[in-house]
Amino acid sequence: MIAYIIRRLLYAIPILVGVNLLTFALFFVVNTPDDMARMQLGIKRVTPEAIQKWKAERGYDRPLLYDGTAQGTDRITRTIFFEKSVKLFVLDFGRADDGRDIGHEIRTRMGPSLAIAVPVFLLGLFVTVSFALLLAFFRATYLDFWGVVACVAMMSISSLFYIIGGQYLVSKIWHLVPISGYAGGVDAARFLILPVAISVVAGIGSSTRWYRTIFLEEIGKDYVRTARAKGLSEMAVLFRHVLKNAMIPILTGVVVVIPLLFMGALITESFFGIPGLGSYMIDAINAQDFAVVRSMVFIGSVLYIVGLLLTDLSYTLVDPRVRLQ
Amino acid sequence: MPIVLWTDALVFLLIACAIGSGVYVSRREYLLASWRRVGESRAGMAALTVLAAFILVGLLDSLHYRPRLEAVAGQSANGFGTEVRSALDVLLLPLKAATEKTYSAPLATHLYARETVELPDGTQARVFPRLKHGGVHLKDPAQDRGRDVARHILRGLVLAVLAGLTFAAIALQAAAVRWGVRWPAAWRRIRRGETRFAWNAVLATLAVLLLLAGPVVSLAGGYHVFGTDKVGQDVLYLTLKSIRTGLVIGTITTLAMLPFAVALGIVAGYLGGWVDDVIQYLYTTLNSIPGVLLIAASVLMMQVVIDTHPDWFATSAQRADARLLALCLILGVTSWTGLCRLLRAETLKLRELEYVQAAQAFGASASRIMGRHILPNVMHIVLIAVVMDFSGLVLAEAVLSYIGIGVDPSTISFGTMINTARLELAREPVVWWSLVAAFAFMFVLVLAANLFSDSVRDAFDPRIAGRRIAPAAQGQAA
Repeated sequence: MIAYIIRRLLYAIPILVGVNLLTFALFFVVNTPDDMARMQLGIKRVTPEAIQKWKAERGYDRPLLYDGTAQGTDRITRTIFFEKSVKLFVLDFGRADDGRDIGHEIRTRMGPSLAIAVPVFLLGLFVTVSFALLLAFFRATYLDFWGVVACVAMMSISSLFYIIGGQYLVSKIWHLVPISGYAGGVDAARFLILPVAISVVAGIGSSTRWYRTIFLEEIGKDYVRTARAKGLSEMAVLFRHVLKNAMIPILTGVVVVIPLLFMGALITESFFGIPGLGSYMIDAINAQDFAVVRSMVFIGSVLYIVGLLLTDLSYTLVDPRVRLQ
Repeated sequence: MPIVLWTDALVFLLIACAIGSGVYVSRREYLLASWRRVGESRAGMAALTVLAAFILVGLLDSLHYRPRLEAVAGQSANGFGTEVRSALDVLLLPLKAATEKTYSAPLATHLYARETVELPDGTQARVFPRLKHGGVHLKDPAQDRGRDVARHILRGLVLAVLAGLTFAAIALQAAAVRWGVRWPAAWRRIRRGETRFAWNAVLATLAVLLLLAGPVVSLAGGYHVFGTDKVGQDVLYLTLKSIRTGLVIGTITTLAMLPFAVALGIVAGYLGGWVDDVIQYLYTTLNSIPGVLLIAASVLMMQVVIDTHPDWFATSAQRADARLLALCLILGVTSWTGLCRLLRAETLKLRELEYVQAAQAFGASASRIMGRHILPNVMHIVLIAVVMDFSGLVLAEAVLSYIGIGVDPSTISFGTMINTARLELAREPVVWWSLVAAFAFMFVLVLAANLFSDSVRDAFDPRIAGRRIAPAAQGQAA
């Protein structure tokens, strides 16, 4: 088990290197730092001096890969590639284009992001699995048919509609909770209820339908017939046998996103003014702050790889047949 | 001067591909059988009818040209304007030209905001001014509007019924000739759903569409049916223009990623070894970057490229189009990995089957086996992936445009409409119509795409096509 984890972690290294090279190519080779500076300072009427100053302030005035003028290891380390890309591996994110420390921002913004993402994840999983079980229980009846119709309709609605409509109805018409904003401590609940509820509702359609298919696939299997032949009640069959076995495919899709919960939800956070990582990302995109976007891309891939590893490990917990070598 | 934008060219290519594969399929009975199953699905065919209406609008909007400049006195007209128009623009020219000053409600005759106007006697007053185009034919709006709107709607309904009857007559005549029966018998068969193809669903959907479209077309002649937006543009015009953007993103993206996904997936699965390792590494790396982040990074970079090279594009429409195309390509790059993995797994399975081994024993080359023997047998996976991706991409466009990494702000799309309209709900009084119109059209488009893709999947997925749902145990479900 330990050996397996270590080997998987070693596999992750080439992938992270790949991600790193890709982002480096995207941010520094496709566009030179000069382009970025011109973009930031305005396309027209920009002096070369202003560009030089902008680059020097942010450390973009170095050579890309190799500095022939420097001495010793500085030839490698005093380059954009080392400063901006390699240092990501030790989680040294450097400074944003507006001069703030990205690492510090990420640490402080993680809290609000988790405060919204974790309840959405747990509640959403609970609600959708329950609905799916309900539909599977009433399979091939009108309830099941209209349930699936409702699911398809709900997944055809834009997530923006849920957010805009929910904000309008609950906050503006009914005045139940504030439209947007955030506060620390217990007070946060007041701000979090609406975004959590909306995110859960927005996810019901597609997940319920997907889980229902999984349950129905399990229900068609031989062991279910055996369980019924033994005289077990439909309830016992569903909860004791089908639910447990259906957890394996459900886990594949679910566990992998757990680490990504740290990243928060882009749209929800920005609509509700929650100072998490999702809104940080959106602010960075709007301000065209490439340093922040680059760091977030890297963190995102690290978390995704951790998620894949967790998925594999969780298999051994729920399915004793799976042995990791 | 006709002008072919990049996305137009790809749309035409896509249509050519669709016609080509249609001809291919129609000559092969085993492929036709699956499509007949799609044709039997009522929901699928109703959805396809709606989709066809959307596609028609999108296609009209893909025929672009640059109008010749009006001759200025003393000079001959020899230049072309920088404005790019489409065939749809020509049809909707009255709507496009009928811009008001600012917001006006659906079917309104007055602006939505008070304005200071000078009265004939020299004093000033703050009133709701009359619209320049909406309901301008009415003498006394307060009294006549209700009756006039009703008359328009009635006229639209009559036109719709006439059009519907004409179409039904053509369909009935065709059916009657085909089956060798009289009209009443043909009508009975269609109505009761005794035909293999779900004609009743198609005709019913068409009737609903006509009954909805008729009054709208009739009203659009005299009013702003969905109101006007902040700068006074007709919302109906904007929604119709948005359709093309949605369709282009939903289809061109898939078209762009298909060659990569199919070729790499099959090659990785069939050849194995280091080729497989490299391809797997490639898609794992791409896949491990959360999609929206990769899209954000790529779009930001592409924006810099486009903004620093303004000389590449003759018109702003071409620049917006380049950005739309780039967005499609970027979405394609981020979304091919899933299909590639599926195809690789399927090829691994097929590689071991007897017919492939037989081909190998006959000495067929690897490329020939992959092209002739494996590719046709994984096409159902490709088809399912294509139709399933469509609705997700249409929805994604709106979200991406909201974040600011979607289409060019000057491109009319559901995303840009929602983005500009979302602050209007906070206004007092509320401006709801452009949001509602955008969401409603998007909902119908995505719902139709979802229903159609479900019926395609049900017909082509061998795991589902052969499965029937076991009914619940007796007494338990009741």
